[in-house]
Amino acid sequence: MYLAKIYVTYKPSILDPQGEVIKAALKRMDYAGINQVAQGKYFEVKLEAKDVDTATAEVQSFTDALLINQNTETYRFDLSLVSDEVSI
Amino acid sequence: MKAAVISFPGSNCDFDMLYALQDFGVDAEIVSAKQNSLAEFDAIFLPGGFSYGDYLRTGAIARFSPIMSAVTQAANAGKLVVGICNGFQILTEAGLLPGQLLGNATTGFICDDIELSITNGQTAFTNSYESDEKIVIPVAHAEGNFFADEDTLNKLEENNQIVFRYVNNPNGSAHDIAGIMNEQGNVFGMMPHPERAVDEVLGNIDGQKFFKSMLSTILAKA
Repeated sequence: MYLAKIYVTYKPSILDPQGEVIKAALKRMDYAGINQVAQGKYFEVKLEAKDVDTATAEVQSFTDALLINQNTETYRFDLSLVSDEVSI
Repeated sequence: MKAAVISFPGSNCDFDMLYALQDFGVDAEIVSAKQNSLAEFDAIFLPGGFSYGDYLRTGAIARFSPIMSAVTQAANAGKLVVGICNGFQILTEAGLLPGQLLGNATTGFICDDIELSITNGQTAFTNSYESDEKIVIPVAHAEGNFFADEDTLNKLEENNQIVFRYVNNPNGSAHDIAGIMNEQGNVFGMMPHPERAVDEVLGNIDGQKFFKSMLSTILAKA
């Protein structure tokens, strides 16, 4: 079984109001060196696949179809082979 | 005219829309998102609310509910398909309308009466309004910031697909867009709630002509 760790972020050109609000709070908390905060989404998906290429294709397919909106979001992911017993 | 108001898990403006349609003598009924046929209806309404808890992204889960293939069929057949607020978000996620509704530019939920201008008064949704008429319609949303890339925005402008604009943009929407339609002019989405502005008792009837426009369009077709 494979474990996909998928990181979704806004494309750089997209305004991220939540990131901006968090940045302003961090500044108020005296973290003076903070330059940028981006808030994204993180998914862990376990899937059965016959090999790593098949798993990769499937992760790309369902991430494009549902997990992101391609108008504004982009993603990267890590894929690892895990045993059935290991919990994420 | 027979109209369907789709009820998704988490829809909360479905009955407001139903009552508004019935006020105009429309034979309207609530249809569950679990159904998969809309063959008997002339017009389909996707109401406001928080379908599927707005989990993942607004409209992202609703877009894959069983009823949506019937909604797409109805849209392709030229029937009127109208999304209000969360319904608009669902139609963009489904690709039946271009763009996406992002979080408001100033964080937070906006609940207010907002002035709109009629950008295109020659549509199935606005033909009872005067072009450039100003109306006030309630808004209630946290994700109403319309985004589309430059090419898409240019096409919307060139094809007169922008139907309503905000007079004072409350949420950061590109080109002050409050409502758009598809190129064919039968699929429409807007963030403000005209169904909340149809009855004297609520103190605002600026939404009445929205319903009158759709009725006259459908009666003209029949």
